[in-house]
Amino acid sequence: MDSDSVFQEVSTSLSRRTFVRGLAASGILAGLGAHGARLSASSEGWRQPATGGSLSGKDFDLTIGETPVNLTGRPGVAMTVNGTLPAPTLRWREGDIVTLRVTNRLRETSSIHWHGIVLPANMDGVPGLSFSGIGPGETYVYRFAVRQSGTYWYHSHSGYQEQKGLYGALVIDPREPDAGSHDREHVVLLTDWTDEDPARIFSKLKKRSDYYNYRQRTIGDFVRDARANGLGLTLAERAAWGGMRMNPSDLADVTGATYTYLMNGAPPAANWTGLYQPGERVRLRFVNGSAMTYFDVRIPGMKMTIVAADGQPVHPITVDEFRIAVAETIDAIVTPGGQDAFSIFAQAMDRTGYAAGTLAVREGLQASVPALDPRPTLSMADMGHGAGDHGGHTAAPEKSDPHAGHATPKPADPHAGHAMAKPADPHVGHGAGAAPAAAVVHPASERGNPLVDMQTTSPTSRLADPGIGLRDNGRRVLTYADLTSTFADPDGRDPGRTIELHLTGHMGKFAWSFDGIKFSDAAPLRLVYGERLRVVLVNDTMMTHPIHLHGMWSDVEDDDGRFKVRKHTVDMPPGSRRSYRVTADALGRWAYHCHMLYHMEAGMFREVRVEE
Amino acid sequence: MTRLTRTGAGAIVLALLLLTPVPALAQAAKPAAPPGEHQHGSAEPQAKPVEPAAGHHHHRQPLPANVPPLTEEDRKAAFPDVRGHAVHDSAIHYVAMFDRFEWQADKDVGWDSSGWIGRDRNRMWLRSEGRTEDGRLDDADVHVLYGHAFARWWDVVGGIRQDFRPGPAQTWAAIGIQGLAPYWFDVEATAYVGAGGRTAARVEVEYDLLLTNRAVLQPLVEINFAGKRDPERGIGAGVTNADLGFRVRYELRREIAPYAGIAWSWKIGETADFARSAGHDVSGVKLVAGVRWWL
Repeated sequence: MDSDSVFQEVSTSLSRRTFVRGLAASGILAGLGAHGARLSASSEGWRQPATGGSLSGKDFDLTIGETPVNLTGRPGVAMTVNGTLPAPTLRWREGDIVTLRVTNRLRETSSIHWHGIVLPANMDGVPGLSFSGIGPGETYVYRFAVRQSGTYWYHSHSGYQEQKGLYGALVIDPREPDAGSHDREHVVLLTDWTDEDPARIFSKLKKRSDYYNYRQRTIGDFVRDARANGLGLTLAERAAWGGMRMNPSDLADVTGATYTYLMNGAPPAANWTGLYQPGERVRLRFVNGSAMTYFDVRIPGMKMTIVAADGQPVHPITVDEFRIAVAETIDAIVTPGGQDAFSIFAQAMDRTGYAAGTLAVREGLQASVPALDPRPTLSMADMGHGAGDHGGHTAAPEKSDPHAGHATPKPADPHAGHAMAKPADPHVGHGAGAAPAAAVVHPASERGNPLVDMQTTSPTSRLADPGIGLRDNGRRVLTYADLTSTFADPDGRDPGRTIELHLTGHMGKFAWSFDGIKFSDAAPLRLVYGERLRVVLVNDTMMTHPIHLHGMWSDVEDDDGRFKVRKHTVDMPPGSRRSYRVTADALGRWAYHCHMLYHMEAGMFREVRVEE
Repeated sequence: MTRLTRTGAGAIVLALLLLTPVPALAQAAKPAAPPGEHQHGSAEPQAKPVEPAAGHHHHRQPLPANVPPLTEEDRKAAFPDVRGHAVHDSAIHYVAMFDRFEWQADKDVGWDSSGWIGRDRNRMWLRSEGRTEDGRLDDADVHVLYGHAFARWWDVVGGIRQDFRPGPAQTWAAIGIQGLAPYWFDVEATAYVGAGGRTAARVEVEYDLLLTNRAVLQPLVEINFAGKRDPERGIGAGVTNADLGFRVRYELRREIAPYAGIAWSWKIGETADFARSAGHDVSGVKLVAGVRWWL
């Protein structure tokens, strides 16, 4: 019996809540008919600014401002670029020098960061590192050579503005167009919208970190589990979690309790629609521009061939579904046919809601939208706590350490095997096959640190693991093991050294950090211009963290330490240990952080300084 | 009505106390880096050379073909003079909570509040609890404490406690721990030293049992101890009194939860003897109803 089915929510209280949420949005649109009628932008109550559109060329004027919106049935104000939500898709061409004059019409300092773009440090758009931000009424002129192609995005790097709508897609055409790769394309930008003030959200999380989690296990779940698994087993499982003071339902800090999930700025009821002609090869450029939400994306009835990740081409791999971490981009080619409409369904990883839209041969069609999958629940194995047989791995510095988890007689997650197939550390010379993972050594700064509430004991790369809630779901789900760059290691040198960083946090205090040291207490990571180094990340928390290095690529390694896939954002599931190579070919001060907005603001951020 | 008014005013004063920022203390609360951090530098705590020579990574190596030589323009662009903050991880946060704010039976009121202001490791804590008995203020205190996180789930707290009842006001020095025990028990344990060699202690344990994700059963136990008899206040030595309560709240939203419950209280040992001789009840059980709320 697997953990997902044993502990999944049978009650529908939350689903009902989510449904109500969806209804609120579609209620506004009732006159349009959520099922099939054409959406009219002028309909009563529904107020969405023009959704993006596309600007192309070498010269851009972008104005950051505030725009009234109504995405949920309640009027709100979004932060927008040129008055649109999302911001316009910018289309550049590889080899061009682009000039972007960004004017700030807000009453606060703003900024635009070009996510995943290789450029000089003073063009990167991070206040306090690359520049001083764009003050109210000021214009900052970004100007740089475009040295790459693919799907990227841009967003504010100031405070919580990204949560308020300051994001848009970037599409860079290759210098030599790849004729015939596709006939048509659509950007599919997924985001999480809230009517709440994001500063309020952060403040609530600091006061009560489970504020938005309405799916915690109740006495009813206990009774149900006890009936299914026996009282002893259930008590022991509860005791393992209780001993750690952790909550297995904690999949997302901010949930559908406040979020409405948008596809290209449209809530599900507004049914964003992308057109195709039957038989066309359609390139879908997925961007996860969310503040806090991972999405699991599929198009029922259609296979997707993944051709690029984070803008960089990968060997094509055909899948039914993929998980897209915050800030990642995925390019998929689909060939719709046989029916007139397909739903693009992007459910939040915690299953508290979804973004959805339609691919159709004409406006006004809608295919059926699937139900949300059951709520997944974390297992001890998910968090890199072994499956009950690694009692020897007690690197724990504290008595109150959660290794009670080792003794848990809870049915071990049978899927842990996916993740445990390989030793995690390719650098210590164990070679392959010595499963499970090598014992992990935690940095001294985690020891006795009251802001580090948990440490993993047997992290693995989990490259081939579809992830929590996606295992054995009957669909072919993309994993990092499927992603292989179409090019060889662009640097070719072996890393000269290794920097290991642990992702750390304290759930109760909503404090997040690297190695237990938050940004304001941490010295910069210093790299030498030109060096090639290996970064090893170990996730000591129970949350997922998409880790983004500005200015330089993150060349993810396979389990044997070989170059595998070039990325700008590396997803780090709980209990994972992943490594990537970095060529320090960008002089200056760069942001390096978790792309979960509130984790970043809480301190999971470092400066990387590349010096001569 | 008078009683209610008085208690209401007290509640407002307490709320103001809880809400008043204490910038000086919050400043003092700036967290220290963990031991060993500054000495060794935070940059590469785990730097593990792959090969012996790699330890000396600061020596200049010839640039590989894929890394262009730097120009003056590159250097100028790399380290601009900047202002601004990348993130705001040192902000001061606060909570002001009335965990209990209730009518007891039909004539008494009771409250138990706590709040903090500060950063992640160091916080200023305020607590207050009290109740009326037969319409008279029977018990009321305020704590002002400085708290420091010393372990994953535990803070050590120290400061003062001011009692307004029972008897004449008195002031205590307080020291204790508070935090989250395994299995999610919320624990406060505090020891007190007062004038004339008086000592006391209080332990309070709460638990949240989720009936649903909005309906929560909260059992709680509070036990008080005194080191020395204090006939003026009707306090005996040893365990003086205990409370046990079960309250079911419904979180309309996280911040506002009406509740109802049942609460027992006992005076114990010599304290019970004092109560008996004064003609007061030694134990009681009350239905309670109130609102739990926080900001």
